[in-house]
Amino acid sequence: MKPAAFTYHRAHDVADAVALLTDLAAAGEDPKVIAGGQSLMPMMNFRLARPSALVDLGPLRRMPSMTAITEQDGTLTLGALVTHHAVETADLSPAWAVLSSAMRWVGHLPIRSRGTVAGSLVHGDATAEWCLLALLLDAVVVAEGPSGRREIPAGELFHGFYATAVDPDEVVVEVRFTRPAPHAALCEFARRHGDFAIVDAAVALDLDGGAVTGGRVVLGGVAPAPVRVPEAEAVLAGGDQAGDALWAAVADAADAAVDPPDDATTTAAYRRRLTRTLVTDACREAAR
Amino acid sequence: MNDPHLLSLTVNGAEEEVVVEPRRTLADVLRHDLRLTGTHVGCEHGVCGACTVLLDGAPVRACLVFAVQAEGADVRTVESLDAEGRLSDLQQAFSDHHGLQCGFCTPGFLMLAEGVLAESPDADREEIREALSANLCRCTGYQTIVDAVHATACARRSQEVPS
Amino acid sequence: MTATDLPTGTTASEPRFESRRGRWVGASIPRHEDPRLLTGRGRFVDDIALPGMLHAGFVRATVAHAHVTGIDLTATRAVEGVVAAYDARDLALGDIVALLDRPAEEFTPTAMPILAKDRIRFVGEPLAIVVARDPYAVEDGIEAAVVSYDVLDAVVDEQTALRGSALVHDEAPGNVLLDVSMFDTPGVDEAFEDADVAIEVTTHSGRQNALPLETRGVVASWDARDDQLLVQTCTQVPHQVRTLVARCLDVPERTVRVTVPDMGGGFGQKCVVGREEVAVAAVVQRLHRPVKWIEDRREALTAGFLAREQTYRTRAAFDADGHITALDVDVVCDMGAYSCYPFTAGIEPLMASAEMPSVYKVPAYRVRGRALTSNKAPTAPYRGVSRPQYVMAIERVMERAARELGLDPVEVRRRNVITEFPYTGVNAVTYDPGTYRESLDLAEATIREEGWFAERDRADREGDRHLGIGFCCFSERTGYGSEAFAKRKMTVVPGFDLSEIRMDTTGAVVVTSGTMNHGQSHETTFAQIVADRLGIDVDRVKLRQGDTERIAYGWGTFASRSVTIGGSAVALASERLGELLCRIAAHLLETRPENVALDGDGGVVQLDDPSRRLTYEEIADVAYLRSHLLPKDVEPTLTATASFDVPGDGTFSNATHAVVVEADAGTGAIRILRYVCVEDCGVVIHPQVVDGQCRGGIAQGIAGALFEEVTYDAHGEPSAASFIDYLVPTATEIPDVSISHLETPCAFTENGAKGAGEGGTIGAPAAVLNAVNDALRHTGVELDTTPIHPRTVLEALENTEGGL
Repeated sequence: MKPAAFTYHRAHDVADAVALLTDLAAAGEDPKVIAGGQSLMPMMNFRLARPSALVDLGPLRRMPSMTAITEQDGTLTLGALVTHHAVETADLSPAWAVLSSAMRWVGHLPIRSRGTVAGSLVHGDATAEWCLLALLLDAVVVAEGPSGRREIPAGELFHGFYATAVDPDEVVVEVRFTRPAPHAALCEFARRHGDFAIVDAAVALDLDGGAVTGGRVVLGGVAPAPVRVPEAEAVLAGGDQAGDALWAAVADAADAAVDPPDDATTTAAYRRRLTRTLVTDACREAAR
Repeated sequence: MNDPHLLSLTVNGAEEEVVVEPRRTLADVLRHDLRLTGTHVGCEHGVCGACTVLLDGAPVRACLVFAVQAEGADVRTVESLDAEGRLSDLQQAFSDHHGLQCGFCTPGFLMLAEGVLAESPDADREEIREALSANLCRCTGYQTIVDAVHATACARRSQEVPS
Repeated sequence: MTATDLPTGTTASEPRFESRRGRWVGASIPRHEDPRLLTGRGRFVDDIALPGMLHAGFVRATVAHAHVTGIDLTATRAVEGVVAAYDARDLALGDIVALLDRPAEEFTPTAMPILAKDRIRFVGEPLAIVVARDPYAVEDGIEAAVVSYDVLDAVVDEQTALRGSALVHDEAPGNVLLDVSMFDTPGVDEAFEDADVAIEVTTHSGRQNALPLETRGVVASWDARDDQLLVQTCTQVPHQVRTLVARCLDVPERTVRVTVPDMGGGFGQKCVVGREEVAVAAVVQRLHRPVKWIEDRREALTAGFLAREQTYRTRAAFDADGHITALDVDVVCDMGAYSCYPFTAGIEPLMASAEMPSVYKVPAYRVRGRALTSNKAPTAPYRGVSRPQYVMAIERVMERAARELGLDPVEVRRRNVITEFPYTGVNAVTYDPGTYRESLDLAEATIREEGWFAERDRADREGDRHLGIGFCCFSERTGYGSEAFAKRKMTVVPGFDLSEIRMDTTGAVVVTSGTMNHGQSHETTFAQIVADRLGIDVDRVKLRQGDTERIAYGWGTFASRSVTIGGSAVALASERLGELLCRIAAHLLETRPENVALDGDGGVVQLDDPSRRLTYEEIADVAYLRSHLLPKDVEPTLTATASFDVPGDGTFSNATHAVVVEADAGTGAIRILRYVCVEDCGVVIHPQVVDGQCRGGIAQGIAGALFEEVTYDAHGEPSAASFIDYLVPTATEIPDVSISHLETPCAFTENGAKGAGEGGTIGAPAAVLNAVNDALRHTGVELDTTPIHPRTVLEALENTEGGL
């Protein structure tokens, strides 16, 4: 379990990283960005991923913007090298507290200490907590490529099966979360603590007193990419009182809307059943 | 640039220079280039935690870091814990509580626990248990490892001078 | 003790019999192993680096069953850094053959080649060995190898195997390697005819990996001066490795030396000889350069020795009072592609057949045990060896009978459990005294006094939780001597063990043992035994193991044999050294030998005048440096040797486990709320170590009950090749365990100890499974398969038509 050989290139700033990616590709190489490496390295050790060149963003940690966590005007901005653990321990306002609390589900402390938010989003695992949170909180991924910067809304980010809208010659600069969610929660189920979820659910509630006026329901593990569930969100938009009856209706709607796969690890029916449980749990926790 | 890189890093307080292939993991460099074999390797895909070391103070999997990424970093391994053969409080607690049998996972647990206790000195037993779920042990059933780390946390708290 | 002491942790009971405790035995002294292991200064096999050392890896099969039509290593040899690559034809080694002395209708011998040549029998089977300057280049070389196959149908399940249309070994029709009907005592059929209740249970346990955290590995080197191959390997059985390496290489055994460094667990996976160890030795023989092979985790999960996949079809007859009247069992064990050395593929079904009646008085018994071969990685005897499986079968029988008869399941056990000792069972095994009934009573009382039965009943009434309580009562033969092993009819019969003890001129002691510590704390516990026998400080005793040059022969460590057999041998050797010290001292004190004795404090004292005393240092000074002063009939130096073997049927440890679980109505997840273990391993040498063995064993048993399984697709492709898929439980899945000790000293081991290495693993699967079934008791569903998947639990709870 030793990785295949590659050439190694340290980027000194974002422009340098983009230039390296462009030049290496032009030279016939198959370059890949490495930041924390917590998703990439296991795949490389198994030789399931074998980029011929790595462009290391590590030196960019020196740039304050790359590790900054900034709240301003209803937007939370995370620099591209912010780690899971930095979010876990950040002193965030209630609007973004769900991000901190959800971090306990991301692997374990040693993974969270090194893995980055942007890296997780670009990896695009269908159950990754950050992918769900991006959809839940209307994240915008800011990526820089040869033709400049562009903004990719979370809704356009995930193409399924680990494919994302970030191009191979682009480098994520920051991630902006634009939908504050003081009443939100993420729940998941895995056989062991810290594992990839079989199913995970993130819910944000718009509350007006005791009434629910809208919200978001996002699921992982029920499709090749994390998905919002408009049918369940429609139930939340009905103005009903917060409570178990409403949560059950939301869960039923989510269950009816998803069409999860049967695979080697478990069945579609079990994933649907977990969907009901986790959506209910997430609603309940979000309302707290 | 597939060629070896000259890498400089600080390991257990000593400045080291090593020439490494880019693909060489930090775990392999510590163990085989620097001959610090206390850090063990159990899975090479970031799950078992036997290779846990402190990288700039944070516990990380040394199998999930390319050594070249640790340029300029400060690394601490299990070999840094004792002082001239005198066990640290944490090491002594592992022995007192029989928190090790074969000893293979032990360095990883010790470094994980050092990282956890440094950051969360007030952790209770259940928080410690959750944090320790990062690493695998096949011998103890974990109870005595949790006991050892919890006892260390309690002892360190009681020794703190109130500010 | 009282049961209410239990929740706060471990409490040791007062011994019920006179124990053989001394100053050291019975005390939880600091472990001798700890300082080096805690400071990173242990020496594991991958820590060894020799000048000029090369690294090896294996080209492994990517299909489960095939004829090999070509192996091309041309590209491999051209890879930068690769030094050599060999296939089976290049090395021309003898096969690994493990035999039973049984007729052809009972046992089919098969051969396991060191490297596969023409035929592939499982994914991961080694085809060629690649040697390179570093492990990275080794993998580059492995990738470059080209192997072509003519793929055959894979045998991956019992039905396909027994149908026999595809054969793993052409010489084994129906894919049966062993088929033995060990017992068919009179009255079985009559008992079923007369039965008030007849139970039928089919239990199945999934394939597991013993999973030592340190994978297998070896460093071999050539010592020209000694004219010897030095094989440094992590094995539980160094002498068997030496024997087999010598045979496969066709060299005198003298020219092979096997040493074992610190070892990161074994649990049985390392008590058989691996083909990789032999292949690396063979390569060193050619290259005369040191070569290291360290198994990586992917290899360990797919190509290492596996365990456990067994099915028991059990019928049991009961009378109306809940007494079992007959037991009729069909045991089928999927042993995988090959017979392991030295135990053979027969070990699991033979163990199950011999021991199946367990702790119960079974009047009539019929059993058929079969070992099947399949296109999966071969198996080794993992901690417990069939006992977790047959115990699960018979403990399910007890629960089922209780349900059918409307009786309490603990009461049914109570009515059947052996209470008079020694007891000779229907299986012709004589059980030495134990506390079967007492452990059961104490475990139940503990759970009751803690209020778990009441809470379960309350939850039933209010319908707010799914709680279940499960028990498992069992015993475990620990000291398997050669007489007991011989009944299995292996041609290689383990049993005895040796020890040599030497006292140096300073009075310090080095003692050897043919056992092989790999986490069990022998360096500490054996030192305790020696220190007590000689009356010296425990720190004056150093145990040396794991070197075939130091010990004439040994059987290593497995089957909970070390403290019973190895510990007895070191005790006997210590006694003999003590006698020698006394003889010399008597001579020097100019008194009769019967007038002196060890004084328990590092000296020999004259009995009729205690003021006259010689320290060991004074005696040793004469024995080594002034030997002209020795009595004429005493040879110089202070050494003694002893061998020990357990007579007859051996000794049995026993325990009862009690578990409380909760099934989650939303996910089907099983949470263990309480785990109580009441165990009796005879005299406890080191209480903390025994507790550690129990807890670690229980963790592995829970792993088998709820989490771990090596699965394959229909083509024999393993689907759990990483720790993402093979679910080793962590600190958040394994509960705290309360342990209490009963103590029935063994009458025929030197220390009264019975062995404690495996018990935890044996009891946990049945106890957990019974508890889960108790939680599901209103659903009409009974589960008899491990691991228990949360999905299955949820299906049961929701009584889902068609399943989830």
